[in-house]
Amino acid sequence: MKKRATGSWIILVLAALYFLVPLAATFLFSLKAKKGVLSFLAYAHVFHDPLFLRTFTFSVEMAFLTIVIGLALIIPTALWVQLRFPRAQSLIEVFALLPFVIPPIVLVFGLIRLYSRPPLALVTSPALLVAGYVVISFPYIYRAVDTGLRSINLRVLTEAAQSLGAGWGKIILRVVLPNIRVSVLSAAFLTFSIVVGELTLAVMLAWPGFGPYMAQVGRDLAYEPAALAIISFLLTWGSIALMQLASRGLRGAAATPGGVH
Amino acid sequence: MNLAPVPSTAAWGGARAARLPLSAALRQWLGLAPFLLFAVAFMILPAGALLVGSLQDAQGGFTLANIAHLFRPSILRSYLLTIEVSLSTAVAGGVFGFMLAYAVTLGGLPKPVRSILTTFSGVASNFAGVPLAFAFIATLGRVGLITTILKSFFGISLYDAGFNLYSFWGLVLTYMYFQLPLMVLIIAPALDGMKPEWREACGTLGASRAQYWRHVALPVLMPSLLSSVILLFGNAFGAYATAYALTGGFLNLVPIQIGAQMRGDVLHDPNLGYALALGMVVIMTLSIIGYSRLSKRAARWRA
Repeated sequence: MKKRATGSWIILVLAALYFLVPLAATFLFSLKAKKGVLSFLAYAHVFHDPLFLRTFTFSVEMAFLTIVIGLALIIPTALWVQLRFPRAQSLIEVFALLPFVIPPIVLVFGLIRLYSRPPLALVTSPALLVAGYVVISFPYIYRAVDTGLRSINLRVLTEAAQSLGAGWGKIILRVVLPNIRVSVLSAAFLTFSIVVGELTLAVMLAWPGFGPYMAQVGRDLAYEPAALAIISFLLTWGSIALMQLASRGLRGAAATPGGVH
Repeated sequence: MNLAPVPSTAAWGGARAARLPLSAALRQWLGLAPFLLFAVAFMILPAGALLVGSLQDAQGGFTLANIAHLFRPSILRSYLLTIEVSLSTAVAGGVFGFMLAYAVTLGGLPKPVRSILTTFSGVASNFAGVPLAFAFIATLGRVGLITTILKSFFGISLYDAGFNLYSFWGLVLTYMYFQLPLMVLIIAPALDGMKPEWREACGTLGASRAQYWRHVALPVLMPSLLSSVILLFGNAFGAYATAYALTGGFLNLVPIQIGAQMRGDVLHDPNLGYALALGMVVIMTLSIIGYSRLSKRAARWRA
């Protein structure tokens, strides 16, 4: 028994080295912007760059829209399938998981081909970008919402609400949402962490997002990219930590791992 | 709209829901319309547009030439390279991720280690794209911190020794940063399902550790292991941002080529670009089908 644990410790230490050395090295590297001393100069440059704030705000707005539209599409659909149309379950599941088969680079290629000419010249509108993000986040949102709905007694809750005279909108907003808020929150944080740093769609549709901004800084500067990497890591850490915090206590919680690389 | 649940099948005398009156069936579909329309407009039709484009020549006439061109040596090479990168990261990530997951589940490490690793894996599997490339450039790039430290303190020049971050193995090393934690997250539940009784039974029957692994543990775990590796493969296969930010397009990966095609007509043939994209979808579809088949088999052991 003791011997086995030694092997486990060795594996753990090696993994910790692989994971932590790049983080530590990147952090130290980001402090070397001023010659000879360690300083937060690179971070100051980043935070004082008006483009940083502008692109970051833009991406946060896109993430927010993606979350709202994605939830607005998926919650009523998942609800409808469970209550009124169980036979459509597998169809909806296939649709919701299809984005796994269509990599973002392929999706955006198709979007550009389809929507760059009149009468559907949507490429000039951020709506197309948000639509693409919604598609990318379908699997994560669907899985979270579906798990959430399964963990509550939906039928009894809706019947009770209806017998008390509640309508469709009221049931969703006042009965279903509060009961699955944990799943909704975890879907939202995961979507946020995927969309904010996203490069492929933003760059190809020519939007000044945070991802393209980072790529540009990487081409032009030396220490600021390292600072941006640390900032991004903390952002990802923050959203995932909030997500895990939100899903604590929910059994079989919907932490679909993996993002858009 | 009325959200009342449909009467249970018993109330229909066992009749299938297909026998609903037409209007009721229509209403059922109507409830799904917003989601389905959105998915069709922004996922199915764009993918369909690529399929149609890949079957057209420059004048819009039907042709199979683009599909045939996928088998040109240069394009085939680029698919092979993409598959090699994805497979290497999937297998390496799978093996190391499995070992790491084993260490924290059944390997006798203290419990808190597992929850720390799970949280970290959640973050690391989502830490990808441009910032991940930056982190590795700052660490192991030509002037990266580790590269300079090794050189000035130990006299080891990584780049003279043949290492290059902006190459195949550099990319594999970088991808591992999100592949390994993803493996930990998806394989840990399968390891939780390994019953101690199996091991005890083997011991009682006089089996050695190696025999237990060869005849019991590995066969039980095999579908989960394979399906996880397939998932990792797909995860790397579609990756664009990390490769783009790291190599800037030095490596001729299929996603990079499609990206270059969109930024400017490098293949001098947009229809060939559509065929390239179609090829990716086909490969991804095959791997997802393999994944779902295998994970169904894996589920058998989790009673």
